[in-house]
Amino acid sequence: MKLTCLSKGSGVHFPPCHMVEFCGLRLLLECPIDLSALNIFSPISAGRQIDLSGFISAEPWYKTAKNLHLCDASLIDVVLISSPAGMLGMPFLTRNPRFSAKIYATEATMRIGRLMMDDIVSMHSEYVMFYGDGERTGFPEWMGWEELGRLALKAKEAVMGEDGEELGCWLPLYSAADVNGCMEKVQPLKYAEEACYNSMLVLKAFSSGLEIGSCNWKINAPRRNFVYLSSSIFESAQAIDFDYRSLQGADIILFSDMSTINNIEEDCSHIGGSKSDVNKDDKDLILGDASIPRPVLAEDDISELLVDNCEILEENDKMSFITSYIIDSVREGGSVLIPIGRLGVALQLLEQISDLLKSLSMEVPIFIISTTAEQTLAFTNAIPEWLCKRRQEKLFCGEPLFGHAELMKEKKLHVFPLLYSSDLLLKWQEPCIVFTLHWTLRLGPASHLLSRWHAVSSCLLILEQGIDAEMALSPFKALSMRVLQCSFLSGIQTHKIFPLLSILQPKLVLFPEDLRPLCTSQNSSSFSLLFYSVNSTLRVPSLQDESKGRLTTDLAFQLQPKRLFSKEMAIARLRGKLVLSKGKYLLLSPKKPINLPSLRMLLWGSVDPARLLIALKEKGIDCSIEKETTVLDDDTHSVRIKVSETAMIETNGTETTICTENGTMAALIHETISSICEGI
Amino acid sequence: MAIECLVLGAGQEVGKSCVVVSIGGRRIMFDCGMHMGYLDNRRYPDFSRISESGDFNAALTCIVITHFHLDHVGALPYFTEICGYNGPIYMTYPTKALAPLMLEDYRKVMVERRGEEEQFSFDHIVDCMKKVTAIDLKQVIQVDKDLSICAYYAGHVLGAAMIYAKVGDNAMVYTGDYNMTPDRHLGAAQIDRLELDLLITESTYATTIRDSKYAREREFLKAVHKCVDAGGKVLIPTFALGRAQELCLLLDDYWERMNLKVPIYFSAGLTIQANMYYKMLIGWTSQKIKEAYGTRNAFDFKHVCSFDRSLVNAPGPCILFATPGMISGGFSLEVFKQWAPSEKNLVTLPGYCVAGTVGHKLMSGKPTRIDLDKDTCIDVRCQIHQMSFSPHTDAKGIMDLLSFLSPKHVILVHGEKPKMAILKGRIESELGIPCFYPANNEAVSVPAGQTIRVDVTNSFLRNYFNRNFNRSKHQPLCISDTSINHEEISEICSSERLTEGILLMEKNKIAKIVSENDLLHTLDAKEHTVQLAFCCPVKIKNSLQSLDCSLLDLLSREFESKINCCNIQKTFDHLQLKSFQARICLNDLCSYRIEQGPSDCKTETFFCCSWSLSDDNLARKLLGIMREVELDISNIAFLLPDQASEHMEM
Repeated sequence: MKLTCLSKGSGVHFPPCHMVEFCGLRLLLECPIDLSALNIFSPISAGRQIDLSGFISAEPWYKTAKNLHLCDASLIDVVLISSPAGMLGMPFLTRNPRFSAKIYATEATMRIGRLMMDDIVSMHSEYVMFYGDGERTGFPEWMGWEELGRLALKAKEAVMGEDGEELGCWLPLYSAADVNGCMEKVQPLKYAEEACYNSMLVLKAFSSGLEIGSCNWKINAPRRNFVYLSSSIFESAQAIDFDYRSLQGADIILFSDMSTINNIEEDCSHIGGSKSDVNKDDKDLILGDASIPRPVLAEDDISELLVDNCEILEENDKMSFITSYIIDSVREGGSVLIPIGRLGVALQLLEQISDLLKSLSMEVPIFIISTTAEQTLAFTNAIPEWLCKRRQEKLFCGEPLFGHAELMKEKKLHVFPLLYSSDLLLKWQEPCIVFTLHWTLRLGPASHLLSRWHAVSSCLLILEQGIDAEMALSPFKALSMRVLQCSFLSGIQTHKIFPLLSILQPKLVLFPEDLRPLCTSQNSSSFSLLFYSVNSTLRVPSLQDESKGRLTTDLAFQLQPKRLFSKEMAIARLRGKLVLSKGKYLLLSPKKPINLPSLRMLLWGSVDPARLLIALKEKGIDCSIEKETTVLDDDTHSVRIKVSETAMIETNGTETTICTENGTMAALIHETISSICEGI
Repeated sequence: MAIECLVLGAGQEVGKSCVVVSIGGRRIMFDCGMHMGYLDNRRYPDFSRISESGDFNAALTCIVITHFHLDHVGALPYFTEICGYNGPIYMTYPTKALAPLMLEDYRKVMVERRGEEEQFSFDHIVDCMKKVTAIDLKQVIQVDKDLSICAYYAGHVLGAAMIYAKVGDNAMVYTGDYNMTPDRHLGAAQIDRLELDLLITESTYATTIRDSKYAREREFLKAVHKCVDAGGKVLIPTFALGRAQELCLLLDDYWERMNLKVPIYFSAGLTIQANMYYKMLIGWTSQKIKEAYGTRNAFDFKHVCSFDRSLVNAPGPCILFATPGMISGGFSLEVFKQWAPSEKNLVTLPGYCVAGTVGHKLMSGKPTRIDLDKDTCIDVRCQIHQMSFSPHTDAKGIMDLLSFLSPKHVILVHGEKPKMAILKGRIESELGIPCFYPANNEAVSVPAGQTIRVDVTNSFLRNYFNRNFNRSKHQPLCISDTSINHEEISEICSSERLTEGILLMEKNKIAKIVSENDLLHTLDAKEHTVQLAFCCPVKIKNSLQSLDCSLLDLLSREFESKINCCNIQKTFDHLQLKSFQARICLNDLCSYRIEQGPSDCKTETFFCCSWSLSDDNLARKLLGIMREVELDISNIAFLLPDQASEHMEM
């Protein structure tokens, strides 16, 4: 098994991307796009105040995961998608006619991912309309060296990466037809459904709690089983909780939750360069010791630690804070723009805002402006299977899963596909609260609303953490609007990583190099750690020599086992039909019973000539030793036996030759030899 | 190991479905229904047969409910709250959402309208549902270490599922009720091709083959339209869930197209509330409805409003959906009493009514009077339309499912005895699957296959794949293999790829399938090879000079003409077919030459042959040929060297 980390991504919207080779198959894990790179393009919100210098004024291209373009799409066998964001780059691959892999994603991820792609395509069409639908041949002007040279340092780095290698990641956006083509190739899976690839791999998706429909994967193959652990949240206010118990028992865990990388870097800088002990000795493999007794904490204690209710409380506090901030802003007459791409977060915020408005009996219109908003909202109210317990309870009580349907009916929430539509203008009034369901400030209504509101100091912009606010907002000068950047929980918290791993009981964990500081000696435990870093291939040692298999009883009954007295074992010849099904070998008895040869076909040891003579004579065959020769050099002793008149046997330590023209005689002699020699 | 199946309900009847299956040391109860036709203790399955001591938690591993109909879930609150079962219960999300509605509706009908003593209270229903784990379709649920269950779409009502249960090597499916044809809001049943030891299937329509649904739908709409045109009232008694929504989709659509304004009423809140559930659970409906809901949810009916009791005798036409479906009591009976005496009105009946209900009486002939009890009798003058929209599979569907899954055994439940007997005959004769249809409280035991856990070494697998790879490369094969005759060889080539190995069993270890090399390695022994050899004389005609090479050519041509083989390899001094090697032997003292009487050395050339035991049959055949043949050197003239070599390489 080999692991190549193609890109470690950044944040929820750009998850890490890996290539795994095993069982002769190539698995691509995630296919995201780096939408934050869109910041180098200038927004087209036509306003004179906007400062466009240092930005590329052209139809944007899109940047795929770092080293993905170096892989041959036709060599990929399976693609696993664990969150909607991990799917956004998929059409770039599927539009390649040589791409033939099977794509697996949960049904909910597939639906939401599709809506997000549709949204991007339709928002992008604004650029196409603005710049004209030029011939798409060759590279755009802005990719020329001269043009690139004019860019600001930060923008240049976004385009080219450190040494220009990322220039190849840029691609023109896919079309709506490409999205359709992509969706046809996706195999949607239900929660914990067992999917079989090529009867070799058995894939199962279990919820990760990060987002509605997002999941972790358990992959079983005849000789390997591993868990692909993406960013996970133990308790979520929207999505179904992280189902970590179902991931127990895998040999290998690919730990791909990099949400804490930033925290680690901060921690390290606090320490001031003095990194932990483990960090100093630069071993790539930290060997675990299976003999170490299981951690002192019992499993129940660990799960209490993992699901401690703190996360959800913290998130709720955060939400309440944001909500009150928003309300304050609205009170002062300022409008609020909430471009949040995380569906669950947006929906929760929406509910809290409307609740607070209701309790304060304030009438402030809330808008959701997105081409796919209507479908997205309808969809969220019809997937109880992927929602948290609290919302599932609503189903069983017959209440809508999310409050937005009610809000729309009460005319408190207005959903529009486009900003510039007459219907919207009729309803429009400021101050208002606007959600866009897409987070970059270059695509869709957000950029237009920003150019309208950026100079109003009472207005408020809510941004997610991880967005380069400076760069994203720099075209909108002078900015006097208030900006609140808030981080929402987006993965496993650092102090929970090792308790989680110990509860999953793997033999080996593939761990990101960047998180090495976390591996202090105190949490050395029953598993080994192997570190991977971007763009290098990690060989994962084999943990199992044998494949698992099963033997049907009717075949077993046909066997004629023989005890070997020299060793405590029995052996039997076996002939059957070998079937590989669901990652396991199965031996069936053939349709027609095939008589196993009674003769021993495989002999070992040596033939004792004296015993052979006796045995032959017992069978009534006349025989005598004709000649004995000993070659001194290699200490072999060879004996020639004449058997009646028609046959002859020549035997030495390792070999016996039967020489006769008579078939029955040959068979008889062979039978005799095998009866005095060990064999099967 | 056997699978034992104890039928507690729906054995040779319809109602109180309940089957307890013991499989691989686990005991699963499928469905826990009540019988609508009885009011005494016959309405519940006889739970005492599961455990005499009444310790159901120890006796059962889990309960799985297939769908929310009362004859499948009705006894569940009784079993959990009164009998005290506390173990796991599984049902799909829609079933968990809708079953309490059905149960509460039934309880109300029983207690409030019939004044019966209640069997379980509202709190019982709530507490019971708290114990239920909701599952998604195809979600593999690991109930315990060995038992896993998985639900497949059954199409009968929203959330109906067929349940696949697997313990170790033994697997079975309990279908519940299912429908093999899609209807207006649900898809057809869908299941993977599973390896099953046992299939327990419903057989409501064991002998019926139904025609297209569209004709029946048209007929229904025509009857309804005619009635409302004439100012009549239409009573549609239905289960609140399922058929109500299906017919409503049908009517709503028809009203839209025909621009009708006659009101469509839903009785009480129940059905209205049910629509709310349907909207949330739209993911469980048919593909067509599912795809459309992005824009408008199909269960947002345009022409439907809720019914007020005062409207019963209001003038003018209307359509009313009322529960329960078989007019066994409740609101539908109340309205029926009012509307039945008028010829203008229409009552539609579902395809199946349990004996003893008003619906059943209306179906069997056209009565003019129905005696409800000793005080009440109803004049029946209204029109009656019977629609068999029943979402059960017909006989063809059952046979299709059985031949698709080809389980090793079939048990029929949920049907009528004579029809089940006919179906059993068909299954056994047409599909050759042993079939049973036990009565209530009877148990059937069927044998089940088993497998043994083994490890498979890599070199064994490599041998297997190489062998098959070579085999596919060298088609057609030449004869031989010591113990396999021609017929078998052709079979192996055509379909069965057999593998050979050695099973190695050690004390306290998992048995291992190894290759011969693995075995020798484990035993730390060296192979003792047994070779066969013979130095065979061949007659030569026109022997002029010794032309080794040409003689080998001639010999190989001879072989090719006598036996069907084409991959004889030839090198300058020997030829080889599989392990058989022959070379010209000029050593008069060759140790493999066995003198047999005088030989004419001048006309004979010796070929020293050797082969391994596995090719003994082939070798004997070749030796026979060599003995008989007389090689004619003069033929070589016709065989030009380049042609010869071409020939050889073929």
